[in-house]
Amino acid sequence: MKRTPVKTIVAIGIGAALFFVLGRFVAIPSPVPNTSICIQYGLLGFMAVLFGPLAGVLIALIGHFLIDLSWGGGIWWSWVIASGVFGLLMGLVSKKIKLADGEFGGKGAAVFNVSQVVAHIICWAVVAPVLDIVMYAEPANKVFLQGLVGGLSNIVTTAIIGTLLCVAYAAAKPKKGSLKEEKEEK
Amino acid sequence: MRNIFNYIDRPSPIHRLTGATKLVCLLLWSFAAMSTYDTRLLVFLTLLSFVLFYVSKIRVRDVSFLLSFMAVFMVLNNVLIFVFAPQHGVTLYGTSHPIFSLGGNYVVTKEQLFYHLNLVLKYFATIPIVLLFVCTTNPSEFAASLNRIGVKYTIAYSVSLALRYIPDIQKEYHEISQAQQARGIEMSRKQNLIKRLKSASAILIPLILSSMDRIEVISNAMELRGFGKEKKRTWYMERPFAPADFVAMALCALFLAASIALNIANGGRFWNPFVS
Repeated sequence: MKRTPVKTIVAIGIGAALFFVLGRFVAIPSPVPNTSICIQYGLLGFMAVLFGPLAGVLIALIGHFLIDLSWGGGIWWSWVIASGVFGLLMGLVSKKIKLADGEFGGKGAAVFNVSQVVAHIICWAVVAPVLDIVMYAEPANKVFLQGLVGGLSNIVTTAIIGTLLCVAYAAAKPKKGSLKEEKEEK
Repeated sequence: MRNIFNYIDRPSPIHRLTGATKLVCLLLWSFAAMSTYDTRLLVFLTLLSFVLFYVSKIRVRDVSFLLSFMAVFMVLNNVLIFVFAPQHGVTLYGTSHPIFSLGGNYVVTKEQLFYHLNLVLKYFATIPIVLLFVCTTNPSEFAASLNRIGVKYTIAYSVSLALRYIPDIQKEYHEISQAQQARGIEMSRKQNLIKRLKSASAILIPLILSSMDRIEVISNAMELRGFGKEKKRTWYMERPFAPADFVAMALCALFLAASIALNIANGGRFWNPFVS
């Protein structure tokens, strides 16, 4: 799939809509309050790898902003920003994985999962709790626990759902150079 | 299917404000309520938000579901803070006035209760305003508003696309989910977590592959119509600013300024009544 500016715009819109639907309606509650097992990060990882950093950031920011808005209870900016950072980091990996050309083998899966684990740790163990403390003056050990639990469950869901999505997409996509020109015998 | 962005069309002064104004006010207001822990300003914002809620003619029962959800969220957040940091208030305010002890480190202090009061006030000051924004802004006007406040129109258009396709994707998710359940996948609590995540992917994969086709179709249609060629675009739902819009924005800017000024005057984000 060739990336064009218009396609990126549409991918952001549809990606944010998917992020919203998964995050708002498909959340599985977790034992720690105010966090739930979010499967939308698997989708976000996949979309960011496919469409690049700009799409990654904006899908996360718009999707997460709309989820918070739809609950009607104030926008938790620190976590919205952390989601955006995750989208950005995964988008940067898109240079390493040629998912858009239908290539996603064992190496792709390894790169994808290592980077998603690193990105999640940066976002939920550093960015989100630090912003919670700076912006909302919440107690440190509480926000780090929330971040840690959220981060761990996001790593698990991204590993399963993100990888499966990438594999399924690559399988459905014709490989680059899979068509060969037939030389006519003379 | 019920519209998730519960726009309620009733004539009121709040509805008459343009979407751009309401978006600016929402941002200014939520930053004002976020940045300060000054109880006096928070009480003022809370009272004012209740008045505005009344003026908007949105009824409590229109939003009762969201309110009950937020109440649970607020209580849980407060309980969690107390469990993890029962002395957080003491650290913040620098004094300790114990009231009674629950054993160990769990001594209830006036400072801690005051910190929780401020947290609760923050919720009360913000929730009505967010609800007002959600209930009185026509979703179609939202993208035009973003563009108005300086967001590039291509990005604003993405937001518009997201709002437009949320109901479609919701419907499609539901259909695929039913089809897959008919074929025997199990999503209920009876399954363990890993199995449930796998079943979730059995729904997600068709949903996402069909969404990729959708992206292709929409972007082709947009490209054929020359989307993105010009530097600017016009919006059908855009309305010109009226005097009331400027007043509303100026007031909200004033609240944010007051919040910042109080933070400077208090020498920090906390207004401390314990040392006088």
